[in-house]
Amino acid sequence: MSNPASRENGVDGPITINGETVRAIDEIVKRYPVAEAALLPVLHKVQDQLGWLPVSALDWVAKRLGLPKTRVYGVTSFYTMFKRQKPGKHRIEICTNISCSLLGAEHLRDHIAKKLNIKPGETTEDGRITFDEVECLGSCGTAPVMLVDDKFYEKLTPEKVDDVLDKLNKDDLEAGGND
Amino acid sequence: MTEKILTARFEKPDSYRLSSYVEDGGYEALKKALSKTPDEIIDIVKAAGLRGRGGAGFPAGVKWSFVPKESEKPKYLCVNGDEGEPGTFKDRYIMELDPHAIIEGAAIASYAFGAHVAYIYIRGEFKLPIERVENALAEARQAGFLGANILDSGYDLDIWVHPGAGAYVCGEETALIESNEGHRGMPRIKPPFPAIVGLFGGPTVVNNIETLSYVPHIINKGPEWFAAMGPEKNGGTKLFGVSGHVKRPGLYELRMGTPLRKIIYEVCGGMRGDKELKAVIPGGSSTPILTPGEIDVNMDYDSLAKIGTMFGSGAIIVIEEGTCIPRLAARLAKFYAHESCGQCTPCREGVPWIAKILDRVENGMGLPGDLDQVLKICDNIQGKTICPLGDACAMPIRAMIVKFRAEFERHVEEGGCPFGPTPTPWDSES
Repeated sequence: MSNPASRENGVDGPITINGETVRAIDEIVKRYPVAEAALLPVLHKVQDQLGWLPVSALDWVAKRLGLPKTRVYGVTSFYTMFKRQKPGKHRIEICTNISCSLLGAEHLRDHIAKKLNIKPGETTEDGRITFDEVECLGSCGTAPVMLVDDKFYEKLTPEKVDDVLDKLNKDDLEAGGND
Repeated sequence: MTEKILTARFEKPDSYRLSSYVEDGGYEALKKALSKTPDEIIDIVKAAGLRGRGGAGFPAGVKWSFVPKESEKPKYLCVNGDEGEPGTFKDRYIMELDPHAIIEGAAIASYAFGAHVAYIYIRGEFKLPIERVENALAEARQAGFLGANILDSGYDLDIWVHPGAGAYVCGEETALIESNEGHRGMPRIKPPFPAIVGLFGGPTVVNNIETLSYVPHIINKGPEWFAAMGPEKNGGTKLFGVSGHVKRPGLYELRMGTPLRKIIYEVCGGMRGDKELKAVIPGGSSTPILTPGEIDVNMDYDSLAKIGTMFGSGAIIVIEEGTCIPRLAARLAKFYAHESCGQCTPCREGVPWIAKILDRVENGMGLPGDLDQVLKICDNIQGKTICPLGDACAMPIRAMIVKFRAEFERHVEEGGCPFGPTPTPWDSES
């Protein structure tokens, strides 16, 4: 695991947390007897706005919640959903755990990697798509599955995957989700 | 064949909205419960024999009764919606399609042991379930089913969603509590048990989503009704998630004690392409694998324990002939290696060793003695860690090696995998 405090992880300039995010955070903090308990939902809110968590964002959260920076870095590095590297515009995460792999998820993983010409964990050169292999997404009855920008795509086949990739390239994914 | 309690409302349009829930008699159980004493509620749930549906199978009413009546610190309910056990996909459906059932169950549970704040911990990847539960909470608050002086009873309760952020270990109750407090999800040593020292140091109950969703029905229809549906001490129905090589994978609500063979061959329509069955993982990835000779077993906590496996979360993974078991073992070990929190040495070091050795066996670089080495590592993990994550790797891996040993040995002897690539649904006939 990379050092979350490392500035080598990506571009890390100054950030602005917008008013909407700040208001949401203030509401969340009220739900807990101590501000520290709000750390996970607060990190989610900041990441929702920025798309990832640069060091400057972690420092902002630490200050806002009155926590040591080390505490925020430590928690961030523990959870896989907190992105310490700037992802592409779109994120594709395919499950290759047991139920999905029984139904060919590894073929789909290799298919996507080949199409995008990157390995799982990498971002396309144009910065459009980050592709990763993830653990069980809790959708095993409709395996194989993948998450694309937080939306589930189920009962995948190479054709369905191609369709999603085409739509991503055209920024026309809205009609594609099946939830 | 299927018994609809939790899934009865799933097909309705807008099933997740308050208006639809109330139309079907929703929140009547909460009204009824608030007119009884907390102890009466605990007795009813105890009499129903409702056991924890998250995997451990501990009786819910008994868990509630462990919470001290008087406490200087506030008491809390944590609702476990961190569904992450590979093969499991039941709580997601309840959260998406009937979130008010969870809220009503959580409110009754909180009243029973005296909590005034509850958190529903939902795994972060579940965006739609989080949205549905948050909307339902807002509706319930607006309608006076949550908040101060609920239904003029004098009882106050707030419930909030706490999103996880991608860590399987947080499904373990003390890791969940740590994560709910804003920490890394590292399990705590027990005792003290959460019922005594839990969230923010207060007495805490952690209950699974599915478990709590049964509670309103038990209050409405009585404990005898619930207990009668299933074998002794295994009352009620269960949401079974069937995945893998069956014709009709999916979520099925069935009586506890339904025979496994019936689930595979009748409920799910049998094997895909009518192939032979090779193995079944009966209760999620942590539960020891069964061979075809072992599937004449009833799906309940006690029957599965008797044959050396576990009921777990009711996640049945069905595996057809031609599937490479060492490949599955290697994949599972990789998962547990990724998810080990790193706190206990046997798990942090041992599980990745298992993953590496099994990977080399599968890829034809296995050495004589590798299998015994893996079994030895399993011995050195099991029972030697704070939480059951290490066991959850050691137990199924051991069962795979013991029951399919010849297959593993063939990989080592032949220096490669005798099976081809995993067949896919899109290039097979079915």
